[in-house]
Order: sequence, then C-alpha cells, then structure tokens
Amino acid sequence: MAKRIGVFVCHCGVNISGTVDVERVAKELERHPGVALATHYQYLCSDPGQNLIKRKIQEENLDGVVVAACSPAMHEETFRSVCKPYFNEQRCEMANIREHCSWVHEGEEATAKAVKIVKAATEKAKENEDLAPIVVPVEKKCLVIGGGIAGIQAALDVADAGYKVILVEKDPSIGGRMSQLSETFPTLDCSQCILTPKMVTASRHPNIQLLAYSEVMDVSGHVGDFHAKIMRKPRYVDEDACTVCGQCESVCPVTAPNEFEEGLKPRKSVYIPFPQAIPATYTLDKGTCTECRQCANVCGPNAINYEMQPEYVEEDVGAIIVATGYDLYDKGKLVEYECKEDRDIITGLQFERMLSASGPTQGKVVKPSTGDTPKRIVFVQCAGSRDKQHMEYCSSFCCMYTAKHALLYKHRVPDGEAYVFYIDIRAPGKGYEEFITRSMEEERINYIRGKVAKIYREGDKIVVWGIDTLTGKRVEVEADIVVLAMAAVGKNDAQEVAQKLKVAVDETGFFKESHPKLKPVEALSKGIYFAGCAQFPKDIPAAVAQASGAAAKVLTIFSRDELLKDPLIAVADEEHCSGCGVCIGVCPYGAITKTEKGKARCLEALCEGCGTCAAACPSKNIEMRNYRDRQIMKMVEVAL
Amino acid sequence: MTFKPKIVAFLCNWCAYAGADLAGTSRLRYPANIVPIRVMCSGRIDPEFILEAFERGADGVFVGGCHPGDCHYVSGNLRARRRVEILKKLLKEMGIDPKRLRLEWISASEGQKFAKTVQEFVNDVQGLHGLA
Repeated sequence: MAKRIGVFVCHCGVNISGTVDVERVAKELERHPGVALATHYQYLCSDPGQNLIKRKIQEENLDGVVVAACSPAMHEETFRSVCKPYFNEQRCEMANIREHCSWVHEGEEATAKAVKIVKAATEKAKENEDLAPIVVPVEKKCLVIGGGIAGIQAALDVADAGYKVILVEKDPSIGGRMSQLSETFPTLDCSQCILTPKMVTASRHPNIQLLAYSEVMDVSGHVGDFHAKIMRKPRYVDEDACTVCGQCESVCPVTAPNEFEEGLKPRKSVYIPFPQAIPATYTLDKGTCTECRQCANVCGPNAINYEMQPEYVEEDVGAIIVATGYDLYDKGKLVEYECKEDRDIITGLQFERMLSASGPTQGKVVKPSTGDTPKRIVFVQCAGSRDKQHMEYCSSFCCMYTAKHALLYKHRVPDGEAYVFYIDIRAPGKGYEEFITRSMEEERINYIRGKVAKIYREGDKIVVWGIDTLTGKRVEVEADIVVLAMAAVGKNDAQEVAQKLKVAVDETGFFKESHPKLKPVEALSKGIYFAGCAQFPKDIPAAVAQASGAAAKVLTIFSRDELLKDPLIAVADEEHCSGCGVCIGVCPYGAITKTEKGKARCLEALCEGCGTCAAACPSKNIEMRNYRDRQIMKMVEVAL
Repeated sequence: MTFKPKIVAFLCNWCAYAGADLAGTSRLRYPANIVPIRVMCSGRIDPEFILEAFERGADGVFVGGCHPGDCHYVSGNLRARRRVEILKKLLKEMGIDPKRLRLEWISASEGQKFAKTVQEFVNDVQGLHGLA
C-alpha cells in the first residue's frame, strides 16, 4: 500500500490550465492524506516532464504516483513506464482531467471537479497491489476477414513473413470490389490484370489457408490467443472436383439476379461469379435453385451435391485483420432523383461493369433500356455523399472514378457528349490532379460546378436539372443515361461483425479505429486491426498501404513468443468463501472452478477481468485486483 | 441559488468511458456535476456501490455500459441491467425516487450521446431536488 504518493498535475499547454486552476488542484491534493508531494508542470508527457517525475520519486522517496492529465487511453502506458524502474507500475494511476473535465467544463466548477477526480485516483493508487503482468503465449497465426484487395494484401504480407494465415471470404470468390472494376485511375491499368495475379498467389501460398464462401460465426479470447469459429457455407458443388467446364450453367433453366454484374445481366442458379474467380469453382445458389437436377445429370466429375451441409472450422489465432470492405448507398433512397426504377440511371459500380471487357456488354457503353449507344451522358458526383439528408461525409474516391468514367466513355464513344456535375473536385493523390486536368482539357468533358437538384424522365430522355454555380445559371441537360457516383457506406453486416469481435462501428457505419490520427489501423481491442474500406472509403493504393500497415502490426505481435496480459483479474478468498457458486454462474468465461474443499478458485489464464463475479458474490469473498470494493467505495466517497 | 446535484457516474472502460473521452475530444459541453469512476465493465458495478453513493450524499447515480451485444466481456452489461432494474425497485421502497439512478448504453463513438444523456440526467435530478 502506497503511503507517499506524488501527485503531478499537467497543464497540457493550456488544454488543462486554460480551464482548470492547476495550482489550486495541486495545493488541495497536497493536503490529502497519503500525498507526500503535489506539483504541476507544463507538459508531463515531455522528456523534462517525465524526468521531473523520476527526480521527485527519488528525492521525495515516493512509493506511488498519480498523474492528473489526459485520458489513460492516451498516456497510461507512458507514465507507468516512467515509474517502472522505481516501483511496481500498478502504483501509477492517471486522473483524467482533460477529456472528462477541462475540455467539457468551464470556470470554478471545472477546478472543483478536477480536484475530485484527482482525489479519487489517489485513493485508488493508495490501495493498488503490486502485480506482475500475466504471461500469455502467442498463437502465431492470423485471421483475415475479407478477401478483397486489402484482405489479400494483408494475408500475403503476413504469410510472406513466414506465419500462417486463415483468409475468410463471405462471397464465392475472393477479389472483392476491385475485381468488379474495369480500369483503375490514374494510370488506367486493367483492374483484373493487376488483381488476379495477387488472388492466385494468395490461393497458392503455402502459408495461406483460403476459406471462401465462409463466414466468421464467433470470436472469443484476446490478443495472442483468439478463438474463432468459422462456417463454411455449403456450395452444393465440390470445390475440388469441379473442373469449371460450365456444363451445369449451360443447362440450368433458372435465372437469378447477378450480384457481381450489379444486376445488369442475370446469372444462373449454378454460377461462377466471374471467369477468373478463385477458388475456381461453380457455386449453386440453393435460394433460387428448383432442384430440377439437370446440372447434376450433366456434371462429368459428379461435383454437384444437393445434400452438402455447412462445415464448422475452429481456429486459434493470435491476431485478426478486418478487411470487410464497403457497400454502395441504396440509390432508391435518393428520392429527389427519380432513379429507383429507371434502368438508364445507373450507379458508378454498374458503369464499371459496363466498361469491363468481361462485363455484361463486353465493354460497350449502352443504354440499358434499349441497347443503343448513349450519345449524351451525365455523371452526378456526391450522389448521397456530402449531404445531410443522406451521408454527411465525403466518400473519397468518387471524384477520381467519375473522371475516369467520363474519360473512358469518350474513348468508347468519341462523338458523345459527357457532363460531370460536381460540388468541388477532390484529387489528393499522386498523378490525380493531372488526371482530372486531362479529362477536363484533353477529353473535353463538360465539368459543371453545382449539385444536381432533380432528375426525371421525359420520353426516352432523362432530364437533369442543376445550377452552374460559377455562372449562376440554371442548367438542364437531356441525357441518354445518367451515372450516379453513389456514396460508399459501411458493409451491410459491419455491425454484426463488430459485435462478434467486440469492436465498434462509428456513426458513419465504418469500423472505429483506436485513434483517428495515431492509431488508424488498430481497433480499440488489442490484437484486432483494420484494412481498406472497412475503416473508411479509400482508394486502392491507400487500402493496400493500410493492409500492409495492419500486417506490420500483426508481425510485431508475432515477433514475440509471449505477450503480457493485464493482471487485473479476479481473486477468490478461498478461506472465507462459502462455496455458494454464484460467481461460477455469472462468469462469462467459465474461469471460476470449485476446489476440492468446495471453494471458488479463479483460473488466471481464463479470467478476463470484467468483475461480474465480484459484484455478484454475496459474501464479498471474490474481488477484482486493483478494483477492490473498498477502493471503489473510497473513490465514491471523495468524488462526492 | 440553484440546486446543483451531486452525481457519481460509473463508466465501463471500453464503451462509456471512451464515449466520455470522445465527448471531451469533441469539446461537447455538459454540466460538471458528474464525477466519473472508471470500472472495467458495467458488470463490475455492485449495487452496494450505488447504495453507498446515495448514502454518502449523491443526488443521482449514473451507470454507463456497452450496448447489448457489444459488451467487451460478453454479457456483463446485461448483468448490470438486471441489477439496476432490481435496485430501482428497492430504491422506491426506500423512498428514493428510482429516477435518481440511470443506466445508459453509450458506445465509444457516442460522444454526443454521452454529453446529451448527462445533460438530461442532471436536469432530471435537478427537478427532484436534494436527497436529504
């Protein structure tokens, strides 16, 4: 138990001292029982600040430290390592007087609250036990969820470093959104041509186990030691036996909406999403299949099996990378554009398919309703983005792909007219600005600065109304087809995945990173990382870079054989325990057992430290280390 | 002088505490009457802590946890919900308005919700006057 605590109050420049009277906080704490010294300093996290703490520990013979500064999420580790050479790091506590006080309150009240917060932390520090971290062995295997370009890149990086990877993809093939794209900005290289070699490498890599058409059902455990349950959905086609001869598809009488072609062309019930799909196998969609058995009858290798059942795979992994990608905002929600049913008003992704040489029109730009070549085309940027009625944020990549779309249209239809309505152009990337200039100047695409107010059909034309905000004039364009650069939104199952992993999705619908600037790859829970559009819309180079970043984080964990786990776990007083077993019933981890004498015992390796048992024990004989009842009671006392 | 209620807030480390951090980072103002106490999980909150707080002079007690299904420890928040519900009934029997105890689910990304909820709770407790 600490008897000589040093309290250090940080000014954080003016972030704290501008609101809270730090001098008074220190003075009040000086009088608090158990406090040997209380002082304040400009920036405690700076080198001189840290040295001040070290010097005072030695000079004043301190046996505990309270740092009143920012959130422990920010600097607890910093200050604990400052104290480590002198005493057990558990004797160092942080009092959050910035996020929870100076930034949200004003005047006298802020100072009074800061005093209470610091006193509460001091009371806790006084009674903290010395604890050694628990050593956990690291399972050097990585789970990657999502097989788009980000997931593939992350899997390859980890696998190339010599570690095993389980790559789980929900759809029948890996490749993700990038496999749907025609050409990529600003270099105009063919998306499939640069992606498919990576898909093949991933599928053949000796360290990568590819589980396509599979879903992660459940994840438990913690960094270094996660346990994942994965369901392999039945394809009703034997992956190993299928030779992709296509006989089944040619006889299948059922047509169904084609997800890969974004509905521009139907597919059969038994299908392969695209010719380069990996794994190279057909999939039978039981939802639409009538079980006429024609495919089974023609299948040479007898690969079709209607009785296939889901298989469950369980894997222990040390780290997880989430690369689940994005969806497009539902165009039906843009009520101001009468586009829900209109086949000639399409999304950017549909236009990608149209431009693709292997797409539904073999790369020909056509008016979907008639099949004619559209002579006038309008591109509408920010369809659902940067709009308080829809998605408030900027979807990041639409300015660039719209310029590419317009340019590729002009290459396909040289005598056609292309219009782009934009709010402003965002082209912050290597070669991006030059690409925009090229499409505006060389390709003579009409860029109109203004948001489209209304789109409606008039006969065989679509009328687009907008304002040219540079001339102040109303613009009306009669178009053959309209392409909407739809907002990119979080994947429809992002929330579900987040719940399984115990990570958060933020108000935009994308996964929430640990820190918006300094930890853009990490989840709030240790050992879980994000890559690609799962975290926020980003273009291919950014997604690949983030994936490699996530892989580097995983490799840092795998570089050690053991990790240190927080020792804040439950401990039972076996002498006084009555053996009622209430704690056993409430523990979500099965971490409490009965000893031979019928007393409760907490298993260190399984306990995660939630404290539900401690709150339930009727005789107070199971406690949370360093969150003991008497500590919390004391904190309550001084907080009031 | 207007009555300024004293409120203790038990916040779980993973969601509500981080939500309060976000309220801070976003500089969202809310009343200073509330003093946060961090616990690892809302499931750690023993009803006795809440009773102790009232006994020590709290006019209100706030409990913040993760949304159902999001609990970092699987189901601690659901335990907290049951305990708070039962405790509310007991409080009523003891002559303490159950409105003085409030449980809210606040995620790490809900800084707005944290500030708004605290403001509401402080207003509610203010309306009930001092507990003495």
